[in-house]
Amino acid sequence: MGATRTGRKPPRVGDQPLFRRMLIGIVLVIVALLIVAPLVVIGVEAFSKGWFVYRDTIIHPDTLHAIGLTVFPAIVAVPVNTAFGIAAAWSITKFDFWGRRFLLVVIEIPFSVSPIVAGVAYLFVYGLQGVFGPALDEYGLKILFAIPGIILASMFVTAPFVARELIPLMQAQGRDLEEAATSLGASGWRTFFSVTLPNIKWALLYGVVLCNARVMGEFGAVSVVSGNIRGQTNTLPLHIELLYHDYQAAGAFAAASILALIAVFTIIAKVALERQGAGRARRPTLVTNPAEKTQ
Amino acid sequence: MRRNVLPGLRLSLGVTLFYVGLIVVLPLAALVFKAASLGPEDYWRIVSSSRALASYRVTVLSALGATVFNLFFGLALAWVLTRYRFPGWRIVDAMVDLPFALPTAVAGIALTALFTTNGWFGSILAELGIKVAYTPLGIMIAMCFTSLPFIVRTVQPVLEDLDPALEEAAQSLGGSDWQIFRKVILPLLTPALLAGVSLSFARSLGEFGAIIFIAGNQPMSTEITALLVFIRLEEYDYQAAAAVASVLLIAAFVMLALTNWMQSRALRYTVRG
Repeated sequence: MGATRTGRKPPRVGDQPLFRRMLIGIVLVIVALLIVAPLVVIGVEAFSKGWFVYRDTIIHPDTLHAIGLTVFPAIVAVPVNTAFGIAAAWSITKFDFWGRRFLLVVIEIPFSVSPIVAGVAYLFVYGLQGVFGPALDEYGLKILFAIPGIILASMFVTAPFVARELIPLMQAQGRDLEEAATSLGASGWRTFFSVTLPNIKWALLYGVVLCNARVMGEFGAVSVVSGNIRGQTNTLPLHIELLYHDYQAAGAFAAASILALIAVFTIIAKVALERQGAGRARRPTLVTNPAEKTQ
Repeated sequence: MRRNVLPGLRLSLGVTLFYVGLIVVLPLAALVFKAASLGPEDYWRIVSSSRALASYRVTVLSALGATVFNLFFGLALAWVLTRYRFPGWRIVDAMVDLPFALPTAVAGIALTALFTTNGWFGSILAELGIKVAYTPLGIMIAMCFTSLPFIVRTVQPVLEDLDPALEEAAQSLGGSDWQIFRKVILPLLTPALLAGVSLSFARSLGEFGAIIFIAGNQPMSTEITALLVFIRLEEYDYQAAAAVASVLLIAAFVMLALTNWMQSRALRYTVRG
């Protein structure tokens, strides 16, 4: 599309200087008020009682424990969801089978279901009033109000994250390269690692980064299944709520500033990955058939 | 259908179905099962209680307000980001994803700090007689924040791929900018806009973390449906929690079906989140 714009640029719709400046102005003001201001206020409030209060909140054993409980589920849930995302994308984009579109919809479900609903749903599977709860209790296995519950709820909420980054890209790339590799005698794994993976690595990494941010920041689903026990099953987002309702606003914002930093790093990683081509997922890179081009 | 020579269908599909079954379908089925075990009369009594009805009203109305705001602002933002170049546009483009990346609880306390009566914005608005925090307006603002990226990111790729020749043709026929926007550009954007709107609305209906801090959470006036589910759980009224949660689940399914239908109309433009 760059090629059509070379040479003399015709004035496009909305290019009058006055309109253009006004629209940019309005948009920037709203972005500043709605998006930038919340980020700034976290930093300001976190340090409102000074550096020492900030430091004391961060190194408090409860906070450190909450950080651990936030990182550990991510270490488990993100790789599992990545493996699932790759498997789902491979089966959906490389094969035709009955119910493919339906499967795609089912994978997307967690995206539109409220996290609270997810938490409640897990309660009715593993809780004492749930399907498996009583049996698990007999064997002394504790899933809810413990770390496994936090991991499972995080997995539900982020299940579609990697898959939905890979599927459009792999759909656009088609099957020709993999078919060529297979017909030359490469095994399935070899085909995947030497042909498919290099083509999807940036989008994959992008999905992983988003998935990680969401797992660490999940609040609703985790607050239902964790039981919210201070120093035991309190993840960082839950710890923030606890401090906030304890009237320790500065402490809550100090804890929040850690998560805000993770969010900022996530966005920086996203921009970097997009420059590497992950953002081009929606634009076919291998499709040469002009009929396939939209518009 | 052509013959497929690729290996790995059994393994990849097996893993996918097993995982989706265990992580997504099983819990939701258990929830539906629990709600269904109530029997139609009890179920109806719970989901149509006045407190539940009030929570649907505040949730749906706030979500509608937030979605309408985001429809206009999201379109304007997508337009500015694709059509105009100004210093720092890349930063603005990156900032659009902040509501996705920022944990909802963090967004919740940050927005509350801004909009309480002694906050940066709240103090100014209070002088004008507008109260935001602990009112439905606060709920709406939290929803605006969390669902903004949906519309921007669905519309942006379509705007980018818009063929300039279409505008040139319309211009050569003497159309004014507004006419061209309304009759040429807007119809092309409509499927993407609708898909973005339904995603944004669905997200707002289910949002919890960002809202509970700013909402005030008064039953009958500022209590959202997701919070009502949570409160029923804390009261150990599991059946009522299941019933009200099932209403949210049904709403999510309706929105999902709607989104899918619209996306299939928007063809290949995929949503990024």
